[in-house]
Amino acid sequence: MRHYLIRRIILTVPTIIGISLVSFVVIHLAPGNPVDSMTMLDPKVSFEAREKLMAQYGLDRPIYAQYMDWVRRIVFLDFGVSYRDGQKVIAKVAARAPVTLLINILSVLLILLIAIPIGAASAVRCGGLYDRFTTVIVFIGFAFPGFWLALLLMSLFGIRLGWLPVQGIVSLDFDTLTAVGKTVDVAMHLVLPVFVSCVGGIAGMSRYVRNNMLEILHKDYIKMARAKGIKERDVIYKHALGNAVLPIITILGLSVPGLIGGSVIFESVFGIPGMGRLFYESVMSRDYPVVMAVLVIGALLTLVGNLMADISYSVADPRVRYDK
Amino acid sequence: MDYSLKGLPARGDCLIAASIADAITLIPMVASDSASHELCSLIYSGLIRYDKDLNIIGDLALSWEISQNGREIVFTLRDDVRWHDAVPFTADDVLFTYHSLIDPKTRTPYAGDFNKIESLQVINPYKIKVTYAQPFAPALSSWAMPIIPRHLLQNEDLSFAKFGRQPVGTGPYKFVRWVTGQQIVLKANDDYFGQRPYIDYYIYRVIPDPSTMFLELQAGGVDLMGLTPLQYNRQTQNVYFNRCFNKYSYPSHGYTYLGYNLRDNKFKDKKVRVALDMAVDKQSIIDGVLLGLGRICTGPFLPDSWAYNKGVMSRRRDIPGAKRLLAQAGWADTDGDGIIDKDGIKFQFCLLINQGNSLREYAAQMIQQQLKEVGVMMRIQSIEWGVLLGEFINKKRFEAVLMGWGLPPEPDCLDIWHSSRVREGEFNFISYKNEEVDRLLEQGRLVIDRASRAGIYQRIHSILYDEQPYMFLWIEDSLPIIHKRFKNIKSSPSGIRYNFTEWYVPSEEQKYGPRHKVLL
Amino acid sequence: MTNKLFVTGMAIVSVLAVMVLMAPVICRYDPVSINIKQALLAPSNAHIFGTDYLGRDLFSRVIYGGRVSMMIGLVAVMIALITGVVVGSISGYYGGVTDLVLMGVVDIMLCFPALFLILAVVAMLEPGIVNIMVIIGLTGWMGVARLVRAEILSLKNREFILTSRALGAGSARIIFKHLIPNAIAPVLVSAVLGVAGAVLLESSLSFLGLGVQLPSPSWGNILMEGKASLGVCWWPMAFPGLFILITVLGFNLLGEGLRQFFLPYKV
Repeated sequence: MRHYLIRRIILTVPTIIGISLVSFVVIHLAPGNPVDSMTMLDPKVSFEAREKLMAQYGLDRPIYAQYMDWVRRIVFLDFGVSYRDGQKVIAKVAARAPVTLLINILSVLLILLIAIPIGAASAVRCGGLYDRFTTVIVFIGFAFPGFWLALLLMSLFGIRLGWLPVQGIVSLDFDTLTAVGKTVDVAMHLVLPVFVSCVGGIAGMSRYVRNNMLEILHKDYIKMARAKGIKERDVIYKHALGNAVLPIITILGLSVPGLIGGSVIFESVFGIPGMGRLFYESVMSRDYPVVMAVLVIGALLTLVGNLMADISYSVADPRVRYDK
Repeated sequence: MDYSLKGLPARGDCLIAASIADAITLIPMVASDSASHELCSLIYSGLIRYDKDLNIIGDLALSWEISQNGREIVFTLRDDVRWHDAVPFTADDVLFTYHSLIDPKTRTPYAGDFNKIESLQVINPYKIKVTYAQPFAPALSSWAMPIIPRHLLQNEDLSFAKFGRQPVGTGPYKFVRWVTGQQIVLKANDDYFGQRPYIDYYIYRVIPDPSTMFLELQAGGVDLMGLTPLQYNRQTQNVYFNRCFNKYSYPSHGYTYLGYNLRDNKFKDKKVRVALDMAVDKQSIIDGVLLGLGRICTGPFLPDSWAYNKGVMSRRRDIPGAKRLLAQAGWADTDGDGIIDKDGIKFQFCLLINQGNSLREYAAQMIQQQLKEVGVMMRIQSIEWGVLLGEFINKKRFEAVLMGWGLPPEPDCLDIWHSSRVREGEFNFISYKNEEVDRLLEQGRLVIDRASRAGIYQRIHSILYDEQPYMFLWIEDSLPIIHKRFKNIKSSPSGIRYNFTEWYVPSEEQKYGPRHKVLL
Repeated sequence: MTNKLFVTGMAIVSVLAVMVLMAPVICRYDPVSINIKQALLAPSNAHIFGTDYLGRDLFSRVIYGGRVSMMIGLVAVMIALITGVVVGSISGYYGGVTDLVLMGVVDIMLCFPALFLILAVVAMLEPGIVNIMVIIGLTGWMGVARLVRAEILSLKNREFILTSRALGAGSARIIFKHLIPNAIAPVLVSAVLGVAGAVLLESSLSFLGLGVQLPSPSWGNILMEGKASLGVCWWPMAFPGLFILITVLGFNLLGEGLRQFFLPYKV
């Protein structure tokens, strides 16, 4: 087991290097150089001052040297300084990451809690009214464009009904609420974004569970279990469901980038100060250090997610011990 | 007789203003965005400021004397001013501000006026003498520049100093806190040398989406915001709004224009530019995009300004006339495809606009349709603001752009129109050159007498409209909406904010009391 | 059940395809023709979906926008397919170091949220229809590559392959004649579902302002313009969103129906 773990972790190193390379290259695809957009409509910035700025940011060195400099620094979590307002990049990201992480973790939990029972029930009652009904709902949910859903919900719950706040993560008077009050306030603000974030996931996951369950329910060992006289309920829940759920761990790992990416949309619509919106704002203002940092950190989170998924999977299923 | 004390000025309460963008830094000369400027105007003071009729009055300066034909100004400063950290304000702060501005290391777009200063001498802690190399008419108005504290910024790099996020000024409001991306809180300065504001707190809330901002306004989370024309016309006409809010509309201090790259062969010929001006119906754009809430602009001055030439009339839309002019310039549709051409080249060009400005996007689409009628093919490309400036405008890699200029009360616009201001990053990015205009611009700076200056700038106005280096488009209305509980708001040529320190909420109507949850 | 999914999906996709192809016939108005006197009119007989802020007919804009959105979806998926099949085949067939390196690249690319990469690249270069198609395609080939590779690995040592080799058939021939046709099933399903995903991505991009440029309509940018009238009129936001939903639904149903069709057991 330890060998497997060590091997698995070592194998992530080339992936991490690859992540840093891709992040770096993607940013430097842009024509021109960042100093120009920094010295906006600024007639006083002379040629010498521009050169000085470039030297300050290390932009006058050849590209591979810039890459090495950057990599050397990010190992110590020093992602540099934002081009836009001079704050440390790591500080900016750290300030915004918790919100996105919170929403994504809640989404994942909800997806698991809701999708698995729905999917399993669907498989068991395959072809019946319940199955058909949930299929319709699930497909529509999966096809719903996130930004449209967000706008519709905002319109309905915010404008017409006024039940839920539609902006930001906390109310104006947050600082003054009790601990309970604070939790409730944040929770109210999270209802709509989390819902938008996990709708697609619930739909997809429940469908996956259903299909997996169906496949397993037709397998020989299930027929054997039934033949042996094991109670139907145990057949379903102990044997079939247990095996159907295992691969979900891997699927969850694969869906992390989707969740993080989707956060750009609803964070923009609901004005949530999270990593997705930070990324969008930084991309739009060519704040390269922040863009690179968010790309790397986002990819690393996915990597960690996948790693944990793989490890849990191998713990749960002793048949799996090698890399693909 | 009503002896009640209702409706009388009272201290207290809080005004929550909303904006779509967060401020970038609260060091005034480093920031060029309007959000930062709005806050800096409350936190800092300049030597002078403008009153409601756009006349210059003293702020940190008690009085001044201009002598030697405008080459020298001696400012007598107030001696009762203290920074928000209680350190007294002196002339050394002014000297420091001046040095920071002209320091090549400081990234500021505002140094131009201060580079004209030959010397700045501190005569005593409350008197300074500023000497200009030549008479410089905009000199006095340039001293509206906020003054920054020497004792806190002496050895700091202004572009990166932490001070930008925890500013200390001399203005009517003190900085309390800044939650990045969400809000900035300011508190009234009890020690303010002028009228201590009635409103205790000012909260600047960042809400990136105009529809959400409007929702918050309705929900009571926002007291003051700028409405879009649609919101002004269609969403605020009902009983609820009339009961709880006051709306205002007045011309904003700026204009929108379509600038041609005059180095491009297509736009070199004046006939072409005039023809295009005749092809575009600006009033219909104002009616369609701004829903009528704006006026036609014919030159780079505010219509109420003394520099504005009321004799310059906007050309009427004339499609046949435009086609004729274009034909005279050699452009005609020789191959019958609907697009005019000349020497085998079709008249098509790309208009750049900045991303996210929906009014400009709509206007561009209307202009595109109108130009099609004279056979001109225009494409639209929307680009993020910083990139637009850095990659396309500064490097003159464009054919035409749809942009705007803010207009201060001082009409001097040499930096925009003079033929020498064409280096990369300078404001004459269209490469305009007219010797008479150059001469007039220079003269406008040397002459101090307002009547003579008026004649000079009005002549500039007339030439610029005739030559069309820009297609001058519109001046849009500012459309603020404010909760009714705020009293003493008066509309004037300078807008409504000039007397912000005199706004108040009568005590019986105050919403946010001193112990209110929002402010702790 | 299988039939129902497939049939419904096919029906939706066909109707959409017909509508979009017949655009010049069914649309009464020019989608880019501005008419400010008709701004923001509610749906009526004259304008089935109403008009937008500049008085343009929304029905025409939605239908023509559908052309653009669907075309981008299809081309992007084709790019993803070709890239994925090529990479997956080479990787699966040759194995060894090639396989390791190519799958390493797949792993790396899968770590990035697609929308992040796309946003970054499109904002760095100019937004435009061609760029979007290529970028969406290049961020979506990994799944196909893995599928193809897996199929090839499982088929590689089956009898008929060994027989072919024994008979002297070359590598390319084996790949094309035997391996790929057998791998088609999951790839086809993936492609159909991919179109749905690509349409969603394109409309998200256009919604953020980085997709199809105005005045060319696309479902995403009609929604973007419609957002400004949130609270005043519902129709600029309702119809494009509905069409995206129906399109994505149709392709998902079709894909799922196909998947069930290829299953070895009856459901």
